Amino acid sequence: MEGIVKRFAGVTALDQVDFSLDTGEVHALVGENGAGKSTLVKIITGAYFRDEGAMSVEGRPVNFATPAAAQAEGVIAVHQEIHLLSYRTVAENVFLGREPRRWGLVDWTAMFDGAAALLNDLGLDMDPRATVGTLRTAQQQMVAIARGVSLGAKVLVLDEPTSSLAEREVTLLYGLIRKLKSRGTGIIYISHRFDELYAICDRVTVLRDGKYVATRRLADVERIDLICLMLGKSREALALGATAFTAHAGEASATVPLVRAHALQSGTRLRGVSLEIREGEVVGLAGLLGSGRTETARALFGADPIDGGTIEVRGKHVEIRSPNDAIAARIAFVPEDRKAEGIIPDLSVRENLTLAALPTLTKLGIVDRKQQQAVVERFMMRFAIKASNADQKIRELSGGNQQKVLLARWLCTNPDFLIVDEPTRGIDIGARGEIQALINELARQGLGVLMISSDLEELVEGSSRVRVLRDGRDVAELSRENISQDAIIRAMASGSAVAEGAQPE
Amino acid sequence: MTGPSSAVSLGASRIPGWLAPGSASGALIALIVLVLLNSFFTPNFATTSNFWNVLLQASQVVLVAVGMTLVIATGGIDLSVGSVMAIAGSVAAVQLGLGIVPATAIALAAATLVGFVNGTLITRDRIQPIVVTLATLIAGRGLAQVISNDGQLVPINEPGFEILGRGHIGPVPTPVVIALLVAAAAAFALRAMPFGRYLLSAGGNPAAARLAGVPVRRTLITAYTLSGLLAGVAGLIEVSRLGASDAAKVGVNIELDAIAAVVVGGTALTGGRATIFGTVVGALIMQVIATSFNMLLVPYAWSLALKAGIILFAVYLQRAKRV
Repeated sequence: MEGIVKRFAGVTALDQVDFSLDTGEVHALVGENGAGKSTLVKIITGAYFRDEGAMSVEGRPVNFATPAAAQAEGVIAVHQEIHLLSYRTVAENVFLGREPRRWGLVDWTAMFDGAAALLNDLGLDMDPRATVGTLRTAQQQMVAIARGVSLGAKVLVLDEPTSSLAEREVTLLYGLIRKLKSRGTGIIYISHRFDELYAICDRVTVLRDGKYVATRRLADVERIDLICLMLGKSREALALGATAFTAHAGEASATVPLVRAHALQSGTRLRGVSLEIREGEVVGLAGLLGSGRTETARALFGADPIDGGTIEVRGKHVEIRSPNDAIAARIAFVPEDRKAEGIIPDLSVRENLTLAALPTLTKLGIVDRKQQQAVVERFMMRFAIKASNADQKIRELSGGNQQKVLLARWLCTNPDFLIVDEPTRGIDIGARGEIQALINELARQGLGVLMISSDLEELVEGSSRVRVLRDGRDVAELSRENISQDAIIRAMASGSAVAEGAQPE
Repeated sequence: MTGPSSAVSLGASRIPGWLAPGSASGALIALIVLVLLNSFFTPNFATTSNFWNVLLQASQVVLVAVGMTLVIATGGIDLSVGSVMAIAGSVAAVQLGLGIVPATAIALAAATLVGFVNGTLITRDRIQPIVVTLATLIAGRGLAQVISNDGQLVPINEPGFEILGRGHIGPVPTPVVIALLVAAAAAFALRAMPFGRYLLSAGGNPAAARLAGVPVRRTLITAYTLSGLLAGVAGLIEVSRLGASDAAKVGVNIELDAIAAVVVGGTALTGGRATIFGTVVGALIMQVIATSFNMLLVPYAWSLALKAGIILFAVYLQRAKRV
């Protein structure tokens, strides 16, 4: 495909993207959030229609108006969340929508035999009569792939196929991929895990902010260069950008850290993260997608249960099992996904802003409107929140203003420690600067801040220290004088050596 | 876009709250139109006695529907209200020998307990609200009959208790007074108490509410418990009016009328929004239709068809407004 352009309501999601897939090739598609991977895949598989550009399969130009049209040409997607009927059998799922028939009835014998033959052919040890819901995730994935193969797939799109697989199951998947490859099936492989890319893929195409960046043979590209391509940094000149962090937040003065987390663990996503935050400093948390950044934040705030590890606040051990425990320990958390986890869309700015502080604004069980109004006005003024008035529903506000309301929601509870996950993502430049300046100012007033960001400039210019995570572990810590985009990228790619030394015992 | 100074509301540029989408405005207009039409075309409709009659007839549905509004605002539903009415009625009728106050208290405690059980099963054990309350709907009806000696009619010979359903305060029937007080209290709680904010947050975006420290589970349990309590009150009024507890009949199908009142009033079934005023208006619309059709000698079956039409239309309007 060449010069693919896709716009949503005037916003260009894909801009002049080229992509090609050879017969029997496994081609990786990588990029950070918002790079345009899923949009591209949706265009390839017929879920969206391109606005510009041309597409061809085996040299013939094609125009997929629907996923069915793409399937007819043998282009099939296997999604991250597997779309299967979990109460039906493997065979029924494989043949869904094109069941073998006899005299108008479903020919069950032919269906089970056909499924058995297919599974056998693919080298899968699986009972076609098994109910899909009882299978392990890996097996379900195999069923989805088998379905694709039986549809005559020439191109299979695997969207984060390993995200919920155990390591042994990944090996199984690799086996199947190699088998398909040897039969000439082309595979588009989307993953954030570099180990996998190098293990199974032939070429990689990098997208960034909806633009085509590069296509390379994986054998010819180093990890660090790949990360540079993804993040849009040249390896030589990692010049300072222009964020609104006026100066580095101050170094910590207190000896006892405000918050100290030791060896936090949670499933396979968090495998031992330790960190310390002191009063008045902004600790940046860096890492690629899936490295455990958000999981660390959620563990600290009690949003997700942890399997192991301890959290201390001002030197005292605290059990944080729920957000309420965290709030009681004066911890605040502005989550990454504003829409899903931040705003209450149908409530007003006033109610959203004071939601967390409501208990302190209540007299004799009744919300003190005057006091509430005072708080709302103070924060709307101080944060320059643009709303027609405090009664406007928050969903009508711009992303930047919603984010400011969420920051205000927490700051009016007078926290000691603030966690912000991607505080400026999807926010226009103006509001972005205001939020960055605000974080800076709050830290100067003594607040401890943990800032998660995939924007390296933001991390470099806004952090007193940067902690780097990879694969659920903290692998490096960069102190103030060592923080640079280059250093962060290096640590993301391979920072294990630094880590062992820096890791608390 | 104006600057931060506009935090102080500018009345002129604002749509008044009662006209805003999702509010009770549509229902209110419909009610006014219905009343006006009936005043002209239905003989004896616009009389004082009929006025009180409509309010009296609507009062039980209002009580139940106020509780239902709270539950629906959380994104849930409570099908068990009719059976809870029967339980409260049976318990009161059987225990009246202890005196009016203790009997009433025990009956309301029983109703509250059912609501609490509903809420606990839904939040702690994560069973869907429709399943949990369907189960208590079935079990509750049986339980009410067990309490009243295997479903026998339990007559009530206690003039004091009959005040609840048949008495008047001034010209106003007691049930109407109770329903209005309850509706006013609920509207106040929704607006002015943290509970109201928590309810709408938990219904509007549970994940965000939890991260903001909202006691989501406690709020949901409270909503179902209150729904049980209010159904209990409605049950007591019912048996007091009838002068007997008929465990097989008290409150049958009232959950449907209550849900209809809530929906017609403008509360979204998806949760996160609630208007008690709308619910009251919705209940009155339903009652005005039933009463006027009755007075016009329209067959009951036809009034059901019209009710259904109104419910569908109300939901359709809600859909159209949500963009």
